[in-house]
Amino acid sequence: MGPLQSVVDFVGPELYYWALSPAIKIAVLLFAGILPLITYLVLAERKILGFIQVRVGPNRVGPWGLLQPIADVMKLLVKEDVIPNRAIRWAFILAPCLVVGPALVIFAVIPVGPPSAEPGGLDLFVTDVNVGLLFVVAMATIAVYGLILGGWSSNSKFSLLGGLRSAAQMISYEVPQGLAIVAALLLAGSMSMVDIVEAQKNSGLWFVFPQIVGFFIYFVAGVAESNRNPFDLPEAESELVAGYHTEYSGMRFALFFLGEYANMIVISAVAVTLFFGGWYRPFPNVEALAFLDLSFLPAGLAGVIWFSLKVFVFLFTYIWFRGTFPRYRFDQLMDLGWKWMIPLSLLNIFFTALIKLLL
Amino acid sequence: MASLAHLEGGRGTEGEGGDRLVFEFLTAHGAALLFYVFAAFAIAGALTVVTMRNPVYGAAGLLVAFLAIAALFLLRHAEFLAVVQTFVYGGGIMVLFLFVIMLVNLSRLHETRMLGNYWKTALVVCLLLIGIFGFLFLQVDFGAPHPNPGNFVDVEGKALGNSEAVAWILYREYLLPFEIASVFLLVAMVGAVVLGRRV
Repeated sequence: MGPLQSVVDFVGPELYYWALSPAIKIAVLLFAGILPLITYLVLAERKILGFIQVRVGPNRVGPWGLLQPIADVMKLLVKEDVIPNRAIRWAFILAPCLVVGPALVIFAVIPVGPPSAEPGGLDLFVTDVNVGLLFVVAMATIAVYGLILGGWSSNSKFSLLGGLRSAAQMISYEVPQGLAIVAALLLAGSMSMVDIVEAQKNSGLWFVFPQIVGFFIYFVAGVAESNRNPFDLPEAESELVAGYHTEYSGMRFALFFLGEYANMIVISAVAVTLFFGGWYRPFPNVEALAFLDLSFLPAGLAGVIWFSLKVFVFLFTYIWFRGTFPRYRFDQLMDLGWKWMIPLSLLNIFFTALIKLLL
Repeated sequence: MASLAHLEGGRGTEGEGGDRLVFEFLTAHGAALLFYVFAAFAIAGALTVVTMRNPVYGAAGLLVAFLAIAALFLLRHAEFLAVVQTFVYGGGIMVLFLFVIMLVNLSRLHETRMLGNYWKTALVVCLLLIGIFGFLFLQVDFGAPHPNPGNFVDVEGKALGNSEAVAWILYREYLLPFEIASVFLLVAMVGAVVLGRRV
């Protein structure tokens, strides 16, 4: 008879399971999970980059600069929002939404925690669909429109070139990314995100070990998909000023950034789900490590903690990349995508299927 | 808890009627409502494609039509088709269209009339198509509006899921057409590469 039960009693079970429960989950996920995480990811990035470059990083607003992101958000919210005179207005307004929307929608199928033990309890994901993994890929492709439309509608040559570059880059890297996902899919035998995590527990092995090639391809393609260093050519400042968002200002500019960071989190979360055992602790079948289950916490919370920890590792890696690698040239980027990653991922699928067939 | 119990009682006597009515209406007719909404979007998008002078607007309309059709697939419990429709047509093909359109010099296109010199041919073809589709439409028995969604997930009597069901049918009953289609695609791909090298 927890607080959840009284809510169920209050609105009636049908309405609760049909509408209220998903709505509450989405609200909590967005406003208590992803949006604060994104704001503080920006601060973490600046701090870690500062550390890598032997600087201090932001340290003036609040202790250790902890209030810096709040100041930044306030600044972006009150800044003047400029729409260039010759811009195509509807596309200019729509573009940032097309970047952010799909990235946030993907979280609907990502299991941040286990499904509830008894039927009718609280599952720690919004929904578990049979085509979950494909849904992630499909939504990621929609985000390309945001970049293309933003670049085209700004009516500026830097924006247009940035938009075209990003479109070419994202189409090129969607292919190896999709193929790497297929290889992991072959091992799991399901496209439901929950089933994939369970399959890893049942086989007693994170899929990163049999699929080290697949994971490598997935993550590199993921870095390219989210336009991060060393693949941040669409916004290469030395060549294109700022690429597709050159003409954007204020909150619309911030939305592009929000989309980029949301994409980082999506790529990390999908990598954790596909290759690193999702919400389970490391070695979930080894009894000796049972203390890692954190069973003194309410049911499910330990899963969320493990999931978040794994995601943070990937987010750190993203920032680490940015502090380490120089930017690729555009022809090098295309070479890497088409001549190395795609053949490699095809071979990976071939051998994965062969081994699965033989075993 | 006392206040909750009180509210519970209140809901039981008078409030329940309204709540339940809304809920039952939405569960019974929600799918039909959504169908008409997305069908309207699909038709509007398709009309945009053929009526807009600016090709980018046309492409945007085509995208809307693709996504609306994906939503229609979803309403019929064909989740796999819906998602594939989104990322093959909505994601891949449309991005390439937009890519080409943005690089083409658009200023020349403003002078063209909507129907051009081919309106007589177009009219004949349209009438023919309408006739064929109308004929087919009258021939086919569409069955009940909401057939058993289990049909879309059953594989040999086991409910495995929509993608498994699609794969089962595609690679067993329709293997030959599937392979022929893939050979056609290969031919088209080789042709595109050859043409691309010639220029």
